[in-house]
Amino acid sequence: MATISATDRQAEPVVKLRHPGRWVTYAIGVVLAAMLVNTLLTNEKYGWNIVGHYIVSGEILSGLGKTIELTVIAMAMGIGLGVLVAVMRLSDNPPAKGFASLYVWFFRGTPVFVQLLFWGYASALYPRLGLGIPFGPEFVTADTNSLITPFAAAILGLGLNEGAYMAEIVRAGILSVDRGQTEAAEALGMSRLRTLRRIVLPQAMRVIIPPTGNQVITMLKTTSLVSVLAFPELLYSAQLIYSTNFQTIPLLITASLWYLLMTSVLNVGQHFLERRFSRSDRAGSRRAAAESRIRSALQQRSEG
Amino acid sequence: MTIVNKHTSSAPAGSATQTGTEIPMVKASNVCKSFGHVEVLKGINLEVRRGEVMTLLGPSGSGKSTFLRLINHLETLSAGRLYVDGSLVGYSERNGRLHELTPSAVQQQRAEIGMVFQRFNLFAHMTALQNVMEAPIGVRRENREVVRKRALELLDRVGLSDKASSYPGALSGGQQQRVAIARALAMQPKLMLFDEPTSALDPELVGEVLDVMKDLARSGMTMVVVTHEIGFAREVADHAVFIDEGVVVESGSPAQVLTDPQHPRTKAFLGKVL
Repeated sequence: MATISATDRQAEPVVKLRHPGRWVTYAIGVVLAAMLVNTLLTNEKYGWNIVGHYIVSGEILSGLGKTIELTVIAMAMGIGLGVLVAVMRLSDNPPAKGFASLYVWFFRGTPVFVQLLFWGYASALYPRLGLGIPFGPEFVTADTNSLITPFAAAILGLGLNEGAYMAEIVRAGILSVDRGQTEAAEALGMSRLRTLRRIVLPQAMRVIIPPTGNQVITMLKTTSLVSVLAFPELLYSAQLIYSTNFQTIPLLITASLWYLLMTSVLNVGQHFLERRFSRSDRAGSRRAAAESRIRSALQQRSEG
Repeated sequence: MTIVNKHTSSAPAGSATQTGTEIPMVKASNVCKSFGHVEVLKGINLEVRRGEVMTLLGPSGSGKSTFLRLINHLETLSAGRLYVDGSLVGYSERNGRLHELTPSAVQQQRAEIGMVFQRFNLFAHMTALQNVMEAPIGVRRENREVVRKRALELLDRVGLSDKASSYPGALSGGQQQRVAIARALAMQPKLMLFDEPTSALDPELVGEVLDVMKDLARSGMTMVVVTHEIGFAREVADHAVFIDEGVVVESGSPAQVLTDPQHPRTKAFLGKVL
């Protein structure tokens, strides 16, 4: 009777603690925002009308499409390579293990920008590429520049680099799965590959997917480095325009607005992914387990 | 020390006729296992006959779980010979030399041996029914409908037909362990290994798992059970083996080993757990 429930507590008047610091912060924020709006509107060098003209222009939209294309293909390649390399790294095949470690070491240890340049200048190292027997005859050869186009160089550079990062993410995911799961599968006579595919990877997804979403966002921005290979993705398309009309700042703003829009969309997706995967089976299952335990306890009591 | 395997007379119902030439289900001769420099098993000799229930007792760290894991080659033995149903586990012997078996041959051997773990190890992303159905379909390539029917029967047998579509996380420990037993039985094994099946359970849930195991023992299944449940050993087992510091200290009928232990180490251990 004397216990105070939550509703009672609300009904009782309480003098709320004052937060003067918050009001000071609001004031500073308003002043800074006013300054920002002022400079954005009064500094004509921003060239908002030029931004407005180019933001939906054909060249920029085509660059936008190529940026998305690069992101999708390089990520797909990175995820595929990542799974392969992670599995190799965790295998008990010594050469496969060594090769995978070397791969991760090299591609994470050098800047992706430098890697892209290497692919772009591949013809300086090997003017012609051929397929044949070492020290023996060659069956087919081709000019390197005709094989490794700027697009191919971009995909190779971004995809191989991403593969190294994804390998670490996938490896962490695989290692997060309880060893008992693998043992149970082995004890049932399941093969290693089947255990990986049916038991380990599905459970590793909870750990793999959120950071992979992050990688997609990073990749979208990293594609801008490809501009150095003269591949007309979003940034290079903007550069091509300002190299003729010298409206550098407005065109960089144009590109930035598109990057910002795309990363914002991906961020929303990421948010939902993380919510879905952090609502882990465990939290949900613990609740369910507790419920079922209470139910069975009640049952026993009614029976007893 | 040498162990004389004193066979008890209580041949369980449903077991094969006892003849002198019968091949034992499990035969261990001088089984040794070391992890690095630590010798965990120092020459285990024992036999498990068909249809027999053997309990392995002993303090933790005595090597009894390791021995169980050797039987289905989850661990590799360091010396000695281990046979299941007459064939060498993990190796083939030709011209007096041991040859490692291929992974698929090892998998075939394991498929015929059911194992139940202390921590259940149910596949967390699959329902109880999917857990039971996974191996017969994936390993034996059996027909899905046939397997489903058998899986539902097994879940019914362990008293969980109403939990077929529940995920492990929604089951109590006792229920999970019963699903794990059904999962192992779905492969129609000739031998079942239990590695402390009730040690991770709340005390009030131990009984339901032991009941399923007793039922299984009555049906004539050959079982090797590592356990601390002395009551279960006394009631169900045909043969009790006490292992300490990697050797079999005492072996015989449960009545003999548990009620009238001869060795001081067995006496000391039983004094603590009873």
